[in-house]
Amino acid sequence: MFVEFLYELRARKVPVGAQEAIGLARALAAGLHESSLDGFYHVARALLVHSEAHLDDFDLAFAQHFRGVHVEAKAIAEELLSWLRDPIKTRALSEEEKAMIEELDLEEVLRRFEERLREQRERHDGGNRWIGTGGTSPFGRGGFNPSGIQVGGSAGGRSGAVQNADARRYRPYRSDLTLDVRQIEVALRKLRAFAREGGDRELDIEATIDATARNAGEIEIVTRPPRRPNTRVILMMDVGGSMDPSAALVSQLFSAAKRATHWKELRSYYFHNCVYEKLYRTEGLQDPVPVRELLRECGKQHKLVMVGDASMAPYELLGSSGYGGGAGSSSEPDARLPGAAWLMMLRDHFDRAVWLNPDGIGPYPHPTVDAIKGIFPMFALTLEGLGEAVSELVRGRGRA
Amino acid sequence: MSDFRRFRGTERYLTSEALEAAVNCALVLERPLLVKGEPGTGKTLLAEAVAQSLSAELIPWHVKSTTRAQDGLYVYDTVQRLYDARFGDGDVRDIRRYIKLGPLGRAFSASTRVVLLIDEVDKADLEFPNDLLHELDRMRFRITETGDEVAARERPVVLITSNNEKELPDAFLRRCVFHFIDFPDAELMREIVRVHHPELDRSLADQAMQVFYEIRKNTRIRKRPSTSELIDWIAVLRRAGVSEVKLDKTLPFLGALLKKEQDLTALADQLAGGRRYRS
Repeated sequence: MFVEFLYELRARKVPVGAQEAIGLARALAAGLHESSLDGFYHVARALLVHSEAHLDDFDLAFAQHFRGVHVEAKAIAEELLSWLRDPIKTRALSEEEKAMIEELDLEEVLRRFEERLREQRERHDGGNRWIGTGGTSPFGRGGFNPSGIQVGGSAGGRSGAVQNADARRYRPYRSDLTLDVRQIEVALRKLRAFAREGGDRELDIEATIDATARNAGEIEIVTRPPRRPNTRVILMMDVGGSMDPSAALVSQLFSAAKRATHWKELRSYYFHNCVYEKLYRTEGLQDPVPVRELLRECGKQHKLVMVGDASMAPYELLGSSGYGGGAGSSSEPDARLPGAAWLMMLRDHFDRAVWLNPDGIGPYPHPTVDAIKGIFPMFALTLEGLGEAVSELVRGRGRA
Repeated sequence: MSDFRRFRGTERYLTSEALEAAVNCALVLERPLLVKGEPGTGKTLLAEAVAQSLSAELIPWHVKSTTRAQDGLYVYDTVQRLYDARFGDGDVRDIRRYIKLGPLGRAFSASTRVVLLIDEVDKADLEFPNDLLHELDRMRFRITETGDEVAARERPVVLITSNNEKELPDAFLRRCVFHFIDFPDAELMREIVRVHHPELDRSLADQAMQVFYEIRKNTRIRKRPSTSELIDWIAVLRRAGVSEVKLDKTLPFLGALLKKEQDLTALADQLAGGRRYRS
């Protein structure tokens, strides 16, 4: 019965429920699977999986449930793969050495593989026992063993792997992230405004009817410019250093913002710790843009979103870029302006600006966080905080 | 359910077992089929093939960024009515004359079973799929202006394609049969090429395929060429009377395969690298 299989899928976080179970039962009753396991695989996959991100989980669950191939818990495998991701160089082996490597039959290899999986607790390279890279143990990748199990990646010197323990074709499609990206997208959707701009090309039906009636039934056409999205957003993100733990969260926000089609314009810039005279177009702090030039280009109707943990050494905020973390000091007067002054300049330029803090808004005082809170309205980078920030950004015109 | 005809692909459209299973599931369960996959793997063509094999009419609905769910149901042509009211053509009191059914409305009101293709559903607004949930589920809707109900006599076969530009809502996904079109392996690709270019010289086909897979292997190429591009490219080669191709600087009609400037540079780099390696 396939109900157990559904629970197997649920355990792997594939969202299946009664609806899927009934659908599958109906399909089987109609004989769609043609009484074969192969047919069942295809039918079940079409009905139980709703996104390519889950195809990999489905394959794993199917393999475990129906073929009896033992697959260790996903968590262990993930960790294991991370050890194997960047293999060290394969050892050059002499013929004698190659002969010495024991040839094992599949049963034996599988049994030992599981055993080893349970025992191993750390990364291992170049050895002959543990799962690692570049070694002669039967397990691992990029290594040499004629009857070994290859774990992820490409085979090494010789493709003698008896069985590729993970022929998982849909692995690249899994993304445990996207679920949250949609939530962020929905939150960002509120950040839109329409304006009627350009030529009168749209018929204003209400006004036309009104004008026609006033005109005693003689048709009087009233047109108006079409509604267009008119939100321009500038995203400035703190990268590196203390922001590294939040990198995943920030990149989610970034991809959601990138995909939002309801904005007229999205500009994104990066800075490190605090903004000084320049911002950067790339994450690696390349391709600088002077802040003053940016302010010249962007009107005050742009919505500014700063993302950063706002915790830095006080001198970074209050000292000038000359001795702060800022890049490249120059002799111009700009170089002597402290970070706080640059932040205030940004704040003053735009009608609406917010600061999103991935660390959340803690109850404890922190010198620089408090100082920046005094400049920008600050919100936690959570769904809730994002919602509040968005309503701050759309609230009326001008400063409250 | 004995009257149901299994989908087996058509002469011009080759399928895999998985794709057939998915289409047949959708037919039997009368649920929409959601097809995803790389651009150019034949998502839209699938709808044509299904329509052909069922000998049913195909009603395409090409979704754009400005498309609203309402457009698919019906449009009330106020302007025409206003015009007629003034210039007195016909009976303006009959509001039904000014209701124009959209693709979904036409599919529902058709007297026989039709195939409805909702193409590139992810192009539209984020809420677009949610707005269609009820209509696709019940296969009926009400025209507010007249109070009439449009209900499907024969539930249409609904195919939905997505290029993954936006995430689709869970509630929508749950109601669909899902299929992800894999990129065809070399063997299937050979068959596909044969179906589209039956008189193609065998050696040219092999060479073209080799070049094609070689280019796809280059990880620096951002928009990798897909099936439709290979078919187009071979068509151009045949028209131009090219009899052999190999992967070097003289590769003809590269524009049919690579569509981005960076990709052309990436390929040029690869070729230059290869030459240095050989010398």
